[in-house]
Amino acid sequence: MFDIGAAHYMTLAAILFVMGAGGVMLRRNALIMFMSIELMLNAVNLTFVAAGREIGNSVGQMSVLFVLVVAAAEVVVGLAIIVAVFHNRQTANVDELSEMKG
Amino acid sequence: MVDLFIENLWVIIALPLLGAVALHFVGRFLPEPIAGVVATGAIGTAFLFALVAAVPMFIGGEEAHAQIITIWDWMPSVGAAFELRWDPLAALMTLIITGVGSLIHIYSIGYMHGDERFSRFFTYLNLFAASMLTLVLANNFAMMFVGWELVGLCSFLLISFWYTRPSAAAAGKKAFIVNRIGDFAFLIGLMALFSAFGTLSFSTILESPGEVLTAGAAMTICLMFLIGAAGKSAQIPLYIWLPDAMEGPTPVSALIHAATMVTAGVYLVARTASLYALAPDASTIVATVGAVTALWAATIAIGQNDIKKVLAYSTVSQLGYMFLAVGSTAYVAGVFHLMTHAFFKALLFLGAGSVIHGMADEQDMRKMGGLRKKMPRTHATMLIGTIAIAGIPPFAGFWSKDEILASTFANGGWFFVLWIMGLVTAMLTAFYMTRMLLMTFYGESKWAEGIDPHESPVTMVGPLVALAGLSIVGGLINTPFAPVLEHFLEPSLEGIEMAHVSDNLVLVVLAVLSILAAVVGMGLAWLIYLKSQKVRTAFERGTRRPFLAWENAYWIDNLYGNLLVLPGKALAMAAARFDLSFVDGIVNGVGVITSRASTKLRPLQTGFVRNYGVGLAAGAVAVAIWLLASGI
Repeated sequence: MFDIGAAHYMTLAAILFVMGAGGVMLRRNALIMFMSIELMLNAVNLTFVAAGREIGNSVGQMSVLFVLVVAAAEVVVGLAIIVAVFHNRQTANVDELSEMKG
Repeated sequence: MVDLFIENLWVIIALPLLGAVALHFVGRFLPEPIAGVVATGAIGTAFLFALVAAVPMFIGGEEAHAQIITIWDWMPSVGAAFELRWDPLAALMTLIITGVGSLIHIYSIGYMHGDERFSRFFTYLNLFAASMLTLVLANNFAMMFVGWELVGLCSFLLISFWYTRPSAAAAGKKAFIVNRIGDFAFLIGLMALFSAFGTLSFSTILESPGEVLTAGAAMTICLMFLIGAAGKSAQIPLYIWLPDAMEGPTPVSALIHAATMVTAGVYLVARTASLYALAPDASTIVATVGAVTALWAATIAIGQNDIKKVLAYSTVSQLGYMFLAVGSTAYVAGVFHLMTHAFFKALLFLGAGSVIHGMADEQDMRKMGGLRKKMPRTHATMLIGTIAIAGIPPFAGFWSKDEILASTFANGGWFFVLWIMGLVTAMLTAFYMTRMLLMTFYGESKWAEGIDPHESPVTMVGPLVALAGLSIVGGLINTPFAPVLEHFLEPSLEGIEMAHVSDNLVLVVLAVLSILAAVVGMGLAWLIYLKSQKVRTAFERGTRRPFLAWENAYWIDNLYGNLLVLPGKALAMAAARFDLSFVDGIVNGVGVITSRASTKLRPLQTGFVRNYGVGLAAGAVAVAIWLLASGI
């Protein structure tokens, strides 16, 4: 078998990130888009931890904690918005929510 | 006891000010005469107060010297404390203002009867009195300037008192604007003084200005003061507002535009005599301006048919006399004439007001005549006023006018020319005043149908009688035999060299000449306007052209209109166009550009969240590429 190093983690993180970004750009369901965003955030977390371990200090882990906190707050607000929209419109399709067109 | 009065001198200013404030707020709830009585009470009490406070000056000696009463330190760094100066000159001015002012207040109760803004009129009158007293009692130029501006404001308010008349509104504006020109020069003079002395206090500046000022600086300051004084006191070239100021109620003409406010310029020159002593050329210019104005306005007065206009030009002319006096360094004579003029000109104006009142607001003398029988008391007092201003002894005008002419003569040289001008003016004065009197009170009655001339009420005739009395005896306080006023004013004019005739024979000859001028003037007017219709016809035919010029006041208003007002208006129009096109163009242009750009950029906002997501991703990629390309 081969050793698993930082490069592997980074590659995995990149794949996850692209999947997340693709989800945000392609899916129409707000809930799915939201999950994709979480995926992107976690891809970044993975990069942080891997890089931190590679460099040999704890800054990476620390940053992850920050991201987690922000993500938690974001989830609270975001889900509340989605629920509210769904209550009013009976849909979570973002393409139908285009009243802000300029 | 008297010291108590002097220490609390501010009461003199506070009384009319309080009257004005009180009438402003409660005046309209008071029945008609009460408002007038309150105002009269305020200024009358101030007069009595001043009379008591002036006792030491009447006694003379050490006590008569200037006393400074500090009320509070306003701006200590520039020497502009709220300080009053109580010296003979200030006392005399205060007594004239409050004394003549009281009489005119009483008269106004009758004259303004039935006016719907009766109490407002007295508010303004009291405010004026307070302002004028601030002017003359100030011990520094800053406070004096405050009073100077306030009297201008009151003048404006009172000239355009009947503001619904377009002519009155225009006259008020004209007075204000012309005065502003003079005030501007006055202000420049004050700044020059301040930069030289570092203070505006009279106590420092007037004490010994020669140690600080160079001759050139003194000249500049004195000339600036002259322009300021010419604006306030209606001298050439800024006299044009005074005849128009006759649009105001007649008591206003009497109080402000004859007896008190317009003499502020004379007071200024007399007060700053020690500055003028440093610049003899400036004094000569003052005298020349005065003499030219006196002659100039006297000729115009001959051609006027409006009774108040005659008196207005006569006032300009008499103010010219006062300038001639103070310019000839005859300060006592100037202030003396200021006082006697206040008596007889207030009398004449109030008499004219009585005539106008009795004639149902008719002011054209050609529609009067023969009023002697209908208004015997007004006629008698007006006759006294006319004789006084014409300069027949022993009436008041003779003594002061003769003293001015004698002092001018005594200076010699160029002043000899000015003396001749003064003498001619004396003759013209006698002529036009007699003309006015004859056209109004003598000859056939020419008043229009339906007008029933009647004598005025006692509130109006009373002040006339009082002023007539003063016009008879007022001159006796400073005769060559007993120069009481000269001794009285001595402490104020210490160390100032003054023109004097020492030779008694010369004095007598000059007096005879001046009486002769008056008699000739009166006699001519009598011959032309009363005695002989034939002479009158011949006179009018012979002087048709000059009369046209006099009647139209030499078309000076048109000249100023074309020379100054029209270019000024053109400049204003050009500035307005520049503002509308250029300045507004920039402002509007910014708005238009923003608005158009946002219209163009609006479609970027599609409303599809996923588009924004793509934008974000593309941006992130672009940043990443840029970072990689720049080799980090």
